[in-house]
Amino acid sequence: MRLSLLILLLWLIAALAGVVLPLRPDEIDLEQLFAPPTGGDAWLGRDELGRSLGARLLDGAGISLLVASVTVLISAALGTLIGALAGYLGGWWDRVISRLIEVFLAFPGLLLAIALAAFLGPGIDNVIMALSVMGWVGYARLARNQVLSLRQREHVLAAVALGRRTPDVIRLHLLPLMLAPLLVEASYGIASAVIAEAGLSFLGLGVQPPQASWGAMIREGVRYLLVAPHLVLVPGAALSLVVLAANLFGDGLRDRLDVTSRNRR
Amino acid sequence: MSEGPAGVQETVLEVSGLCTELGPQDKPVRAVDGVDLHLHRGETFVLVGESGCGKSMIALSLMRLLPSTGRVVQGEVRLQGRSLLDLPEVEMRRERGGGIGMIFQEPMTSLNPVMSVGKQVAEAVELHDPAHAASPRARVLELFRQVGIPDPERRIDEYPHQLSGGMKQRVMIAMALAGRPGVLIADEPTTALDVTIQAQVLQLLRDLQAETGMGILLITHDLGVVAEMADRVGVMYAGQLVETAAVGSFFKQPRHPYSRKLFRSLPDAGKRELGLDIIKGMVPPLNQAFDLCRFRDRCEAAQAVCGERLPPWQGDPQDGYRCHLAVDRIELQASESARHAPAAADAGQPLMAASDLRVHFPIRKGVLRRTVGFVKAVDGLDLALYPGRTLALVGESGCGKTTVGKALLQLLRASGGRVDYDGANLTQLRGESLRRLRREFQIIFQDPASSMNPRMLVGDIVAEGLRAQGIAGDRRAEQARVLQLLDQVGLPASSVGRYPHEFSGGQRQRIAIARALAVKPRLVVCDEPTSALDVSVQAQVLNLLKTLQAELDLSYLFITHNISVVAYLADEVAVMYLGRIVERGPVERVLNAPAHPYTQALLASVPVPDPDDRREVLRLEGDMPSPANPPTGCHFHERCPRAEARCRREYPARFELEPQHEVSCWLYAQRD
Repeated sequence: MRLSLLILLLWLIAALAGVVLPLRPDEIDLEQLFAPPTGGDAWLGRDELGRSLGARLLDGAGISLLVASVTVLISAALGTLIGALAGYLGGWWDRVISRLIEVFLAFPGLLLAIALAAFLGPGIDNVIMALSVMGWVGYARLARNQVLSLRQREHVLAAVALGRRTPDVIRLHLLPLMLAPLLVEASYGIASAVIAEAGLSFLGLGVQPPQASWGAMIREGVRYLLVAPHLVLVPGAALSLVVLAANLFGDGLRDRLDVTSRNRR
Repeated sequence: MSEGPAGVQETVLEVSGLCTELGPQDKPVRAVDGVDLHLHRGETFVLVGESGCGKSMIALSLMRLLPSTGRVVQGEVRLQGRSLLDLPEVEMRRERGGGIGMIFQEPMTSLNPVMSVGKQVAEAVELHDPAHAASPRARVLELFRQVGIPDPERRIDEYPHQLSGGMKQRVMIAMALAGRPGVLIADEPTTALDVTIQAQVLQLLRDLQAETGMGILLITHDLGVVAEMADRVGVMYAGQLVETAAVGSFFKQPRHPYSRKLFRSLPDAGKRELGLDIIKGMVPPLNQAFDLCRFRDRCEAAQAVCGERLPPWQGDPQDGYRCHLAVDRIELQASESARHAPAAADAGQPLMAASDLRVHFPIRKGVLRRTVGFVKAVDGLDLALYPGRTLALVGESGCGKTTVGKALLQLLRASGGRVDYDGANLTQLRGESLRRLRREFQIIFQDPASSMNPRMLVGDIVAEGLRAQGIAGDRRAEQARVLQLLDQVGLPASSVGRYPHEFSGGQRQRIAIARALAVKPRLVVCDEPTSALDVSVQAQVLNLLKTLQAELDLSYLFITHNISVVAYLADEVAVMYLGRIVERGPVERVLNAPAHPYTQALLASVPVPDPDDRREVLRLEGDMPSPANPPTGCHFHERCPRAEARCRREYPARFELEPQHEVSCWLYAQRD
């Protein structure tokens, strides 16, 4: 939990550094093509056009953070709203929304995002849109199931029996208990959004050259894998670390948020 | 040691000095502390105790099935002379199911849902019965017949979900018998079952024991089951045996103060005016080394010596108790009496009355969720609740009694009929007018764990009704009222800032009671409020409910399956079967002279804590039919030993045997 938090914090700092520091990620230095991470003047070496890998990594951190956080925010908010409505209203609403969720789940998510991104055209805003369109489904399904099972709980019934108004029942007895699993889901969502963004960029559907993104860096580096493996290893390692940290953070969060398991008896 | 000369009983299982620890090595919890016991051939030894006393841990230690954090640190277990704790795992596997069979509490979860029950029993046959291992089917059928499963040829290929709870427990027993074990360990085998089914299973265990001569180690918390089954009894408290005795002398004269208190906390009709004894305090945590009596803090008879050193075992290892005091020097105080309001002879106007109440749940099928039928959970029910009186609604699980409670309070909307309260028909009320009226009637649920929001503080939980109804006034007035309520239910003021999971089951139920009382209701539906609690804790809650009724003139609808609670608490009883009330009347009439055959069978099935009273009357066969497809005519006729042709055709009319005592049964038609 602590280590994963540290890594996520570093990610945030790196993203901020990419904005604040006077880096020149696009500056070409043709005399130092493929400079290795150690020994050269540039931190982490240089790529096939002699651009500083360190600067590009920090720049890319900002892109991945932006895409991940905005995507998760949009899809979690949208999904929770739709799912909770379906669960609470029941009847026809529930049936229509449930079918819709199933239709979305039937598609391989990334494939649909690729199709969507290709249709909308490359660019960060389109990547966010494509990923959000796919992303809300998971939250909606989770929120719906949560509401369905929580509604049956006796403390909800007791609150109704005491004469709580419906909005108060939802605010006090449903939302706080739904929040924990949704937060955990969201922290896993960060990891998958980072991967999806890298994947789309790898395919050329995300950020466009010369702008840096971890996925785009890997795509360009793959061509020189045998000559200069650090071109792939550096962004690859950053990507793996962030994804791993986000997943571990989600696990930790899940354990932490379970009030009863923390100090039972 | 295991085989004595002829005439002396053969010991099949011998446990000496067993100590089992759980949790980390450096701060272990000693769940079982120095237990000695012997089990003879053909004998039933019953371990009785409240939850957490270590009785299940003994069973798991014997089987070497402890959870991964548990270990046996000391002691010896000998099965027919062989030391089980020293066996290599390979041989131990042969003993499990071969030498010792085991059945568990939850037949619903102890069977594999994706394997036919025949295959699961065949597995046990293949492992433990070499003679039949090649073609186990015949042996499985034989076992099924032995445990009384009707139509075994068909049942053998069915899956667990197609069987009722009682049938599943029979399958579990068949599995345990497959290896022809000399010892059967039964860990609360009937706790999850209804009383009529419990009676069937207990009878089966006795029959099988007579047939095979196996020794049974039965674990239970129910003194009624002890009386019904035991040859000898061991009482567990905080990881130790505190008393062992033959069943007859145990029930005549329990010796250990704890055993005595257990008896005095059992509800029954004779204690109505007195209130029940409670055992103060809680079981001490077992993560410590004891150097004095571990029951001392809760014991009324405690003397100076009890706080000085460990109590000695008095008497024979097979027949003695763990206490410093001689039997005649143990003096227990008279019970703290619960206040009991004598029920008024004339009850006056009912507070709430339901007539022809119906709750039907639609069964939906297919993509379009078309309604293809109804589960008639409540199907035409009349009842009336009077101020200051208690109506007990009794029935087995699935009869619809919980649904009645929820439908009365409009937590479920009725499909038909009416519920009158104070001149209004509640089933017609909606929105704000219903919400305002809700403060008048409250509900207490069975499971105090799920009836409270785990993220709310106790203070907020108790104040919830005050806030919802806007009756608290300012924060200070609200705070004062919450403290007063907590005091009323016997909880310290410091509870306000704590979370529900920091409390024990009994304390949580008190919080739930305080929450319901906050809005000053006139009627409370108590839905099995004590069935998740141990007897000593149950006594506290029942006393509290009774005292509160006398103080506040509350009307109770007490939903339960526990007949002794009914005898202790209720003024009137209504017996429910498959969505309808089959008999209703004053408590002493219904319990002492039940008229309906179902009531008679239900009462006969309840194990009574008195070993001289092992009745052999009216065991009900079969299970309750599905409320989606009730039998034609009288719902009960398929299981009724006195059914006539007319019962198969028409649902019986209601006959009044005497004022207030009504029964729906054709047997009483001629009296009309």
